[in-house]
Amino acid sequence: MQDSAVMTVIIMGYRYREDLTAADVAFEADGRTLEELFESAAIALTNTMIEDSSILADKVERKITIHAAGEERLLHDFLDELVFLKDAEMLIFRSFSIKITKSKSGDSPKFSLEATLKGEEIDTARHRMVVDVKAVSWHHFELKKGKDGWKALVIVDV
Amino acid sequence: MGYNDDIKRPDMKKITDYIWEIDPSYKQGMRVPARIYASKALLDGMDIHVFDQITNVATLPGIVKHAFCMPDGHSGYGFPIGGVAAMDTNDGGVISPGGIGFDINCGMRLIRTDLTIKDVQPKIHELLDKLFKSVPAGVGSKGFVKLDASTFRKVVEEGSEWCIDNGYGWKDDLEVTELGGREENADNRTVSDKAVQRGKDQIGTLGSGNHYLEIQHVKEENIHDKALAKRWGIFPDQIVVMFHCGSRGFGHQVATDYLNIFLEVMESKYKIKILDRELASAPFNSPEGQNYFSGMKCAMNMSFANRQTILHRVREVFSDVFKTDAEKLGMKQIYDVAHNRASLEKHQVDGGWKELIVHRKGATAAFGPGRPEVSARYKDDGQPIIIGGSMETGSYLLVGAETGAQTWFTTAHGSGRTMSRTRAKQLYRGDELQKDMEKRGILVKTASYAGLAEEAGAAYKDIDEVIETAHNAGISRKVVKLVPIANVKG
Repeated sequence: MQDSAVMTVIIMGYRYREDLTAADVAFEADGRTLEELFESAAIALTNTMIEDSSILADKVERKITIHAAGEERLLHDFLDELVFLKDAEMLIFRSFSIKITKSKSGDSPKFSLEATLKGEEIDTARHRMVVDVKAVSWHHFELKKGKDGWKALVIVDV
Repeated sequence: MGYNDDIKRPDMKKITDYIWEIDPSYKQGMRVPARIYASKALLDGMDIHVFDQITNVATLPGIVKHAFCMPDGHSGYGFPIGGVAAMDTNDGGVISPGGIGFDINCGMRLIRTDLTIKDVQPKIHELLDKLFKSVPAGVGSKGFVKLDASTFRKVVEEGSEWCIDNGYGWKDDLEVTELGGREENADNRTVSDKAVQRGKDQIGTLGSGNHYLEIQHVKEENIHDKALAKRWGIFPDQIVVMFHCGSRGFGHQVATDYLNIFLEVMESKYKIKILDRELASAPFNSPEGQNYFSGMKCAMNMSFANRQTILHRVREVFSDVFKTDAEKLGMKQIYDVAHNRASLEKHQVDGGWKELIVHRKGATAAFGPGRPEVSARYKDDGQPIIIGGSMETGSYLLVGAETGAQTWFTTAHGSGRTMSRTRAKQLYRGDELQKDMEKRGILVKTASYAGLAEEAGAAYKDIDEVIETAHNAGISRKVVKLVPIANVKG
């Protein structure tokens, strides 16, 4: 991952890390804010499954809410939900409007995500699908805050 | 970020030409040595993470004798692909979803026919087109069996038996499926509604990635054990059908759900410390361990039902194309094997018998003659083992051997990737690869050209070397190599 401030400001988003896995797909995502990082990771996930996501339109909208005890688990559960919707409702998303809030549940922190997802039902006649993501693994899964924002490493099982 | 790039390649003690051992002193917490089954060439080609991961497996509570890695081993997460570990259920042994994989009961099925290459060649385009339509492949495909949630919950308890009861197959198919195509004691209450929602429209679908359906050719020179091949209904110039798929979104969700549950209780409740979160574990004899075992069995059953339904569709297509009943075409199933599962088995350990929970991830059970797991039809021969190679190089049918006891009767499952998917896409173009393969006599229809490029033969290890290693190490014996002539790629 690029640590230079210049690089991280210019190249916010994601990149695949082919050196990390031969059988599956690994990507790093980043963002100036936690929300931006979640968005980058979601786009990386979509682009793992479809060859040209630019042809996706905002035909379907879904609102989701997720709660977790930490930011890392929140990210994992968010990506899990996108994988779930791909199979359960055949949906693939192109845009992600995300709001994350932190509150307290007793003595423990609680993170809540509210997201509006926009995209389409998968149509194999029009969409050039690449590979099915089976699951978001925990293998070296990582989310951390650096001086330039947030970074995550994700390996998905395909 | 994330990866430790300073992993030291361990010292390997040579046990035989095909077995290499890593001593427990290599890593803190290793309870047993790790053993890699590989020729020198395969060993040298294995990436460093395989050794890191198999030695992590060696730290799991209750592990007995060795953590094994099969000749097609490559890095995965938690366990490497090709990882095998048996835990003593009476000695705190754990069960780990990471030792089974997300695609629970990903496996292989092989069907014989009475047809020869001469019969099939003139019809090959029609066959491939119709198979491609009848057996949906790729992301976002739905099967022809439409089920509501409560019927789907019945399927995951009954497996292939449900299919036979509903007209998708022949009763004989059950006898030649591992476990008779049904895991007993699969309680549907141990799987989530989410898992059901993900899987209920996917029965009869291949999925994507390295999943495929192939029409294959038995060349006379590739029959290694002529007598056994004949007994199993294999003859020179014959056409057979092989396919590879698993429990689809249902199994993936079961694994995801229980990994998350195990991560929450593992340390706090059971004081289990692990080196990789994908090794999340719970004692086999704990409520969480037992619930996962049941959920895993539901996914096993979904996968058996999936492959059973696909078999039914394959028979329909052949019957339609040749205007002859599938029975008259001799389309009997040879066997169906899982290569991602855990099972409770009795094995001899230091002279006594122990009940072990054997994890096989990207590894195939290879029971020898006389073992109770072997179907009655094969009890004198040992079980058939189906190994899927890359779509360009071919696959194998093997048989279990008595000498397989050394690895809890386990052998390889495929050829094992050596090249990343991104790299394969940089080197190959799906449409060009398709044309090139056609020139070499292998027709391909794919749901995804990019996905096709990812599965180029050169992205995999040499299947012949993998099989030779398994044969020479005594963990399975060669029966016949099968080469593809047409492939539906997921």
